[in-house]
Amino acid sequence: MTYPALSAIILTPLVILGLATVLTWVERRLLGVWQDRYGPNRVGPGGMFQAVADGTKILFKQDWIPPFADRGIFVAAPAIGMMTVLLAFAAIPLTMGTGIAGDMNVGLLFILGMMGLGVYAVVLAGWSSNSKYALLGGMRAAAQMISYEVFMGLSVLGVVMMAGSFNLRAIVAAQAGVWFIIPQCLGFGVFMLAGIAQTHRLPFDLPEGENELGAGFHTEYSGMKFGMFFIAEYAGIILVSSLVTTLYLGGWRGPFLPPAVWSALKTGGVVVFFILLRAGLPRPRYDQLMALGWKILLPLSLFNVMATGTILMLRAS
Amino acid sequence: MHALALLAACVTVVGAIMVITRRVAVHAVLYLVVTLLALATVLVMLGASFAAMLEIIIYAGAIMVLFVFVIMMLNLGQPDSAREKEWLRPRAWLGPGVLATIVCAELLYCTSPLSGAAPVPAAITVHDVGADLFGRYVLVVELVSYLLLAGLVSAFYIGRNRAGGR
Repeated sequence: MTYPALSAIILTPLVILGLATVLTWVERRLLGVWQDRYGPNRVGPGGMFQAVADGTKILFKQDWIPPFADRGIFVAAPAIGMMTVLLAFAAIPLTMGTGIAGDMNVGLLFILGMMGLGVYAVVLAGWSSNSKYALLGGMRAAAQMISYEVFMGLSVLGVVMMAGSFNLRAIVAAQAGVWFIIPQCLGFGVFMLAGIAQTHRLPFDLPEGENELGAGFHTEYSGMKFGMFFIAEYAGIILVSSLVTTLYLGGWRGPFLPPAVWSALKTGGVVVFFILLRAGLPRPRYDQLMALGWKILLPLSLFNVMATGTILMLRAS
Repeated sequence: MHALALLAACVTVVGAIMVITRRVAVHAVLYLVVTLLALATVLVMLGASFAAMLEIIIYAGAIMVLFVFVIMMLNLGQPDSAREKEWLRPRAWLGPGVLATIVCAELLYCTSPLSGAAPVPAAITVHDVGADLFGRYVLVVELVSYLLLAGLVSAFYIGRNRAGGR
C-alpha cells in the first residue's frame, strides 16, 4: 500500500466527520435565515464554535444504557450507522485522481450496498431499546428505507445505462458533453426524493417524528451514542449530495476553477438544497409517504428505465 | 491475499455456527448478516465483485432487514428463548452433525489435490454477467420472472382491501 493511499484512508473519515460537525452549525444558521430569526450566534465569530461547544457537552454527558435494553446491540447500533456511511465515502471520487477507491468497477453498487446496510443502525436501535416509541420508529424506518432503496436503485439505472458502467469515474467521464441531470431529469427527481427518505431527513423523517413518537428510534439514546446517530445523519447528507453531484451534476467538471473545488461547490450546493427542503416543507403522514413511493415513484422510475433503454437502443441501431 | 481469504472464510464459518446456536432470534439474524458479508468478501477475492455487491445489497441489505422487521413485529420474549434452548439439546445435533461431517470430508477430499498451486481467478465483470444472463441463460431468467410475477400477484391478492365485499 502506497503512502498517498494510506493517508487518504486516514484523512477521509476525519475530514467527513469534521464537515458533518460543521454542517450542524451551518444548518441551524441557514434555518435561522430562512425562518427570519438568528440561530446560534454567540459562541465564537458568527456562532461558529457552537458545534465544538455541543460536541464537548455531549462528550461529558452521562453515557446511560437503559437496564431493559439489549446491551450489545444497543451499543453496536450507532457504530453500524457511522461505519456504513464512512465506508460508502471510500468509493466516491473527488476528482479524477483523488479518492480512495474511486476506480472500483462496482463502485456505485458498493455505495448502494453500504446505504442498505445503514438501515440496520436505525432498525436495531429501535429494537434493542425495548421501548414502544423506539420500536415504532425502528419499524417505520425499516419499511421506509427498504422501499426507497428500491426506487433509488431503479432511478440510478438510467445513469448506469447511459454511462455503460458502475464505475463512478467512468460515469463522470461520460458526462463530458451534457450533465446527466438533463437527459435523466426524471431519474434525478426520484433519486433526490429517495435520497431524502434514505437519510430520513425532514420532510421524510417519520422514523423520528417527534410529534408522535418522542424521538423515534433514538428515544433511549443519550450522550455520545446519540451524537453518533446525529453526526452519521449529517455525514449521510454529505454522502447523498456528493452522489448526486457525481451521478447527475457532472462531478468535478466545470470551467476555470480546479476540479476539486467544483466537486466541493456542487456538493455544498446540494447540501444547502437539502436544508432548504427542511425549512420549506411540512412532514407528510406515514401512509402518504409509502403511497408516494409505491404508487408514483416506482412507476416513474420503471418508465425512466424503459424510456432510457429504448432511446439508447434506437440511437445505437 | 491468501491470508485475507482464509480470514474471511473463518469468519463465515464461525458466523454460521453462531447463527445456529443463538437463542435470541435477532442475534441469530445479525450473525447471519456477518456471515453474508464475509461471504461477499470471499466472492470479491475470487474475482466476482458484482455477485458480492448483489449479495450485500439484496441478502444483507434487504432480505435480512425484512427478517429483523418480522421478528420485531412478533415481539419474542423470554419464553421463546427458553423454548429455543429446549430445541438445542445435544441429541438434536446428531443428525445434522453426521451430514455436515460427510460434506466436510468431501470438501477436504476435493480440495486436497489443488492445494499445490492455487489458480489466480480472473475477474468477472458486470458485462460478462449481463451477456450470460440474456444470452445463455435467457430461458431461466424468463422462467424466474414468471415466478416473481406469480408471487407478486398472489401477494396483491392476499393484501388487497376486502372491506368493499368480494
